[in-house]
Amino acid sequence: MPESIIRFDHVSMAFPGVLANDDISLEIRRGEVFALVGENGAGKSTLMNILYGIYEPTEGEVYIRGERVTEHTPRAAIAAGVGMVHQHFKLVPSFTVAQNIVLSREPRRAGIFFDDRKAMALTRELCEEYGLQVDPEAEVRDLGVGEQQRVEILKALYRGADILILDEPTAVLTPQETDELFAVLRRIVREKNMTVILITHKLYEVMAISDRVGILRQGKLVGVEETKNVTQASLASLMVGREVLFDRLEREGTPGESAIVVEHLFVSDSRGLPAVRGVSLSVRAGEVLGIAAIEGNGQSELLEAVCGLRKPDSGKVLVCGADVTGRDPGAVRGAGLAHIPEDRLRTGVSEEASISDNLLTGRQRDKRFLRFGFHLKADAVRQYTKELYERYDVRSGGIETPAGDMSGGNLQKIVVAREFSFDTPALVIAQPTRGVDIGASEFIHERIMEKRNHGCAILLSSADLDEVLRLSDRIITLYEGAVTGEFEAGAVTREQLGYYMTGDRTQEAANET
Amino acid sequence: MRELWSLLKTVISPGTFNQMLRSATPVALAAMGGALTEHAGIMNIGMDGMILLGAFVGVIGSYLTASAGLGVLAAVGLGVLVGLLFALFVVKLRSDEFIIGCALNTFAAGATAYLSRAIFGLSGTSGHHVTSLPRLHLNFLNHIPFLGKILNHHSVFVYVTWILVLLMWLFVYKTPWGFWLRASGEQPETLRTAGVSPERMQWLASILCGVFCGLAGAHLSLGYLNGTFTENMSNSRGFIAFACVIFSAANPSKAYLAALMFGFFDALGYRLQGVISSDLTATIPYLITVVMMVYVVVRSRRRRKKNLRQHESLGNLS
Repeated sequence: MPESIIRFDHVSMAFPGVLANDDISLEIRRGEVFALVGENGAGKSTLMNILYGIYEPTEGEVYIRGERVTEHTPRAAIAAGVGMVHQHFKLVPSFTVAQNIVLSREPRRAGIFFDDRKAMALTRELCEEYGLQVDPEAEVRDLGVGEQQRVEILKALYRGADILILDEPTAVLTPQETDELFAVLRRIVREKNMTVILITHKLYEVMAISDRVGILRQGKLVGVEETKNVTQASLASLMVGREVLFDRLEREGTPGESAIVVEHLFVSDSRGLPAVRGVSLSVRAGEVLGIAAIEGNGQSELLEAVCGLRKPDSGKVLVCGADVTGRDPGAVRGAGLAHIPEDRLRTGVSEEASISDNLLTGRQRDKRFLRFGFHLKADAVRQYTKELYERYDVRSGGIETPAGDMSGGNLQKIVVAREFSFDTPALVIAQPTRGVDIGASEFIHERIMEKRNHGCAILLSSADLDEVLRLSDRIITLYEGAVTGEFEAGAVTREQLGYYMTGDRTQEAANET
Repeated sequence: MRELWSLLKTVISPGTFNQMLRSATPVALAAMGGALTEHAGIMNIGMDGMILLGAFVGVIGSYLTASAGLGVLAAVGLGVLVGLLFALFVVKLRSDEFIIGCALNTFAAGATAYLSRAIFGLSGTSGHHVTSLPRLHLNFLNHIPFLGKILNHHSVFVYVTWILVLLMWLFVYKTPWGFWLRASGEQPETLRTAGVSPERMQWLASILCGVFCGLAGAHLSLGYLNGTFTENMSNSRGFIAFACVIFSAANPSKAYLAALMFGFFDALGYRLQGVISSDLTATIPYLITVVMMVYVVVRSRRRRKKNLRQHESLGNLS
């Protein structure tokens, strides 16, 4: 029987109105990679935040190395050898890598001065010992996400952690960076006998790296399994509580005329720098064109330019044959394009307005709802929004709830319901299910497919490659604002896409042929 | 032509630079405090009120004890209290720092005017000349031409400020606490997960800011004006200090240079009083402050763009 290093003993955590963790008992063994999976809001992060001392459990005990945890602070957790890499990195951008790593345990000169040289030296030693490459003198704000993550891991190691918690570490990484990270994790587990706990909802990652896996659903631990005894499908059904279909969705019909056409589009970002460099594409009716790109490679600016939220520098945008280049969003909508924006809280809904108001937005001037041309008919509005609310299976405290009080999944259903209700011939969808749990994601995917099968032209962008693969008919890859490849969705793998997403490969392709 | 030359001679004289140091000192002291709160992520516009309270309590302390040193001590003590109060609202109770700063300024103006009239029986000024801070007359400086005249015959605060600027610079950039302070403003959660409470650093910054502003006020009434309190005597120096903080990106030594710049134009205003209306000359330092702020905004925009361009080209290379 392998040695147990962490034990949760009937741990519960209640927040006002929510039981985030419900009577969880769990043992984690020394030297294993333990994956903790579950949908959004299942309580994974809460449980790990308890271990890291950020929360004090309302009930139950936590034992680290057999010792009961009495002081629930990060400081105590660090002292007990627990390190955590948060989903949103906890780094000071203006400090150097070395300064970030030693923060709160700085080497000192004469007892009062920060010893920068020593900090650099210590960082270099750590880098070498664990085989993680990063420049100690670089300022963190100049680093890419992959490097920042390495700094986070080094920080935990510097503090003497031999239990490492990683909260959704691959959410921001390319497939290649993910492979590198996993190689590092395997090495530290094997060579340093460290314990790694991985919070994730990507099931193939669980299969790829973990020894054991714990599944959380609605705050309860519903199973702990040896990874070799489970499949992605069995994990998914445990997570959701029922069977989930992961196959590509059913499609019918043949593509028609081009409804969204973009020609040689150049767009600058908010800082005035070129973000989109000469992109041309066309989306036909009854077709989903997916954009696969790492964040910050121009996909956001491209979609904004298509929707009229950002003025392009040059090039053309046509919606259903009408030239809408540089027109305002109202005009673009008028031409037949609805838009699900990537940042639903900022652009997608009004947080303070009710669900009903949010669902009505864009239709206030619809004759159906107007009396004398300016007065909204409350009954008609209520009836209409209630129907949408029910049809899109929104789950919350009724249509008068402020949108800001709702979870990501339900919020997104509202945006989807509203935009789909316009029945436009063309749709732009950015990040349809970011931060949305599996159940709601599935629902949204089905609705998108329905639209496609009814002959809507859909331009889709998502940070989740699986989602792009699942929904798209064709996929283009963007890198530094230019198209680097175009594929039939059924005939391309994640790895191939990842390769094209990380650089301009046209040259190499030309060399190969 | 000759007139212009003589005007230039009066303007660029040791007297101007001597005056510059005198004028810059209260602003510089407040700016040291402002730099700390700025690093701690608190936008502190309450410095003007803190200075005013310090000026008043300094005079009262000196009036009651007949000792300028105890007056300064009283101003520092009050600074600690004001800093605690400010932190209570801004750090602990999470109120809007802008509103609290405004409230502090309004409160200070009203309270000091009311108490001054109640205690000294005069409106507008305390009238009394209480024991003021001595000026240092350093004989060895007399042997240095030009510079000697600039550096000599100041209230002790001018020299103390130099030491404090150096200490603050060391504190902010060379000690672990300085790193924690900066992290508490930039990424408080990072500091918290590292096991250091960012709130504690913010409390510390607020209290020290109160102390520095108390010193600035005491210098203003006991050193600069020979022991009188006049209503509203801070005369927006707290805001000038805030401008210095922003101008210098809260770097104490650069903030001192910015304060010197303010001091220079303030002194220049005095020198030009014979030539231009004094109402106009009094606006010079404030005008310059506005110009400075515009420059800061333009510069930071340019720099950001330039940095991005560099990134871009690096990205293309790799």
